[in-house]
Amino acid sequence: MAAQGNDAPLVEVRHLKEYFPVNTGFFKTTPLKAVDDVSFSIKRGETLGLVGESGCGKTTVGRTILHLYEPTDGVVVYDGKAVVGPKEKVDIDKFATPADGGSLKGNILSLNEYRTKTTMVFQDPYSSLNPRMTVSDIIAEPLDVHKMCANAQEREERVLELMNRVGLNSEHASRYAHEFSGGQRQRIGIARSLAVNPEFIVCDEPVSALDVSIQAQVINMFDELQEEMGLTYLFIAHDLLVVRHISDRIAVMYLGKMVELADAAEIYDRPLHPYSKSLLSAVPIPDPKIARANKRIPLQGDIPSPLNAPSGCPFRTRCQYATEACAASMPEFKEVEKGHFVACHRTADINA
Amino acid sequence: MALLEVRDLHTSFFTDAGEVKAVNGVSFDLDRGKVLGIVGESGSGKSVTVYSIMQILAPAGRIVSGSIKFDGQELVGAGERVMRDIRGNKISIIFQDPMTSLNPTYTIGHQLMEAILLHTDRNKEQAWDRAVEMLKLVNVNEPEKRMKQYPHEFSGGMRQRVMIAMALACEPDILIADEPTTALDVTIQAQILELMQQLQRELGMAIIMITHDLGVVAQMCDEIVVMYAGSYCERGTADEIFYDPRHEYTKGLLRSIPTTGTVGQKLQPITGTPIDLLNLPKGCPFAPRCDAAMKICIRQAAENMELSSTHKASCWINVQRSARDMGVSAMQKARKAGMDFDDASDIAAALEAGGLGASVLSAEVHAAQAEESLEDARERAAKDVQGTGADNLADGDIIGDAALLHSREKSNSFSSSPNPTVHSKKPKKGGNR
Repeated sequence: MAAQGNDAPLVEVRHLKEYFPVNTGFFKTTPLKAVDDVSFSIKRGETLGLVGESGCGKTTVGRTILHLYEPTDGVVVYDGKAVVGPKEKVDIDKFATPADGGSLKGNILSLNEYRTKTTMVFQDPYSSLNPRMTVSDIIAEPLDVHKMCANAQEREERVLELMNRVGLNSEHASRYAHEFSGGQRQRIGIARSLAVNPEFIVCDEPVSALDVSIQAQVINMFDELQEEMGLTYLFIAHDLLVVRHISDRIAVMYLGKMVELADAAEIYDRPLHPYSKSLLSAVPIPDPKIARANKRIPLQGDIPSPLNAPSGCPFRTRCQYATEACAASMPEFKEVEKGHFVACHRTADINA
Repeated sequence: MALLEVRDLHTSFFTDAGEVKAVNGVSFDLDRGKVLGIVGESGSGKSVTVYSIMQILAPAGRIVSGSIKFDGQELVGAGERVMRDIRGNKISIIFQDPMTSLNPTYTIGHQLMEAILLHTDRNKEQAWDRAVEMLKLVNVNEPEKRMKQYPHEFSGGMRQRVMIAMALACEPDILIADEPTTALDVTIQAQILELMQQLQRELGMAIIMITHDLGVVAQMCDEIVVMYAGSYCERGTADEIFYDPRHEYTKGLLRSIPTTGTVGQKLQPITGTPIDLLNLPKGCPFAPRCDAAMKICIRQAAENMELSSTHKASCWINVQRSARDMGVSAMQKARKAGMDFDDASDIAAALEAGGLGASVLSAEVHAAQAEESLEDARERAAKDVQGTGADNLADGDIIGDAALLHSREKSNSFSSSPNPTVHSKKPKKGGNR
């Protein structure tokens, strides 16, 4: 598939699974299903927000898409080509669609090349920068790895250009990360992720560690970079107001499964999955009158351990609408309206 | 009398690099059964303010001056014995991180009973019963079984419930919650906030809620204190702060948060980065980042101006605005009194030099009185116009910078003006505050 049209997805995630082996006894491991059969796609130039509680697998999704973790199963199709790492053994043809011509094998993107097109911005600007490297070395590291600069002068020019782009002073190039505030460090991290001229960036909670006033600066910068460079984002965050602001579409995850995916406005105005409903109602609105009038849909208890997740629908233990059918089988993640995907047996009943 | 009165609190940390002024003149009252929110960015001194109240500052920290009165009793300099009786008994605190604020080597029951045994004359058995009762109160299932478990067997939300149970075990008058939900997910946060609200209603205690999340504040608080760089910018009811913010920092903060209304638009961040507490500027600490900063903001910090009986802000813009209003009315009054304004150009020049600039006033400049002509006007107007007219006329001088300094000296003896929205002065009647 040529994937040149505007509607063709840039990133297609098909039945992605990521299981981590956890020691649960002597000689015994149990797979922790961090991501369990997740499928979605992101269009070029789009921002997909990914939300959910801690432990729901949203960070793992982001990292597995970039093959920072080797997927247990499933495939990421980037710009029409399947991404396969050198030692990965997943049978990718299982996930081929007629549009691929029935086989992905002849259409493979090497991991090395993939990494020049996709990068990541990490959550914690304090631990994601090497304290022993100068800012210019941090930013130039991807350039060095991919041998993208012919000589030292070109490298320096590129670093200064990147620093300028994210609003850092060029004098700071020879300083170390500890000399910067949180917001500036996050800018360094962003400059590093822009170094290879990527098309797709996974932003893993990039503003959670920042103060409100700084947060707004960084969010605006993401917006501007997207406009200038035509970037595509997967924006992972737990702050639903931030996600709403920046995203075109929003996906909600619960316990390794994707439960709902729709347009940002649609999911806020009319969430269909009971989990999305309570999640969105729990967001504190910074307006006293609305906040006082806000009716929350309370959720009982805590998120279950992913090591022994409930049978069937993972949310059924906390869901007020759960029936026997919910315990029996995992509801299919299907498109109930155009562009609105939900995984719930009772979508029709509870939203009547 | 308010339950807790904090007056002009200054707390500093004495480090090798110098004195870090973490809290700079914070004042507030807390009444019984009210929820007070303290809002600010990291490093704004919100935590240090409540640690000062509890006197649990790090060794380098010290309350430099100010007064903290709990139920009429002065706590500053009260000594360890008094404080020990108050901590966990009259005033309790919940810390931000439920993962680290419980001791991993003791059972939950042991830790819950500790405070009860220390502060009440219950014996062990009664303390156990009380602890179980507290766990029930915060909706922990199977409390008897849970009592024997260790913190690692609890999830984050459950640990925070245990912390709340512990803090409430002795029925404190004040519960201090230092970012109680920051480490929690939104659904758990909603549970915890609801629990706190419910307990607050049932037990009638007061809560000081420290947070940087304006959404949490909007939901929980009756009154809000906004802090920046250790100083307090603004204080008011939740509605006043959210719908009529009168400090540039509060306005900037409210503008910079994403809401459903900002979709598709650029956010309006506050430019720059927070200030270094080691080198506080002479003037308003927010001035270097403030878009509306005037010359005077850099030179001198604004005093706290009373905007209504519940609303106070320290921002020169309010002074300017009220001075303009007063100036206009003073001019009208003075006209009636038959004054002439031939020396207006002199006044304008004086104002220019004084730093407020001609932009402040054009027509109103006539009414702004520099020191000499003001004195003149006072005498004449006082003769002709009785009462409020004279008072307002006198207020005109607040505009000139020189006059401002002058008014600061006198302000102690000034009472509030008949105009309820401004903090002004009555030179003739003297202090009846």
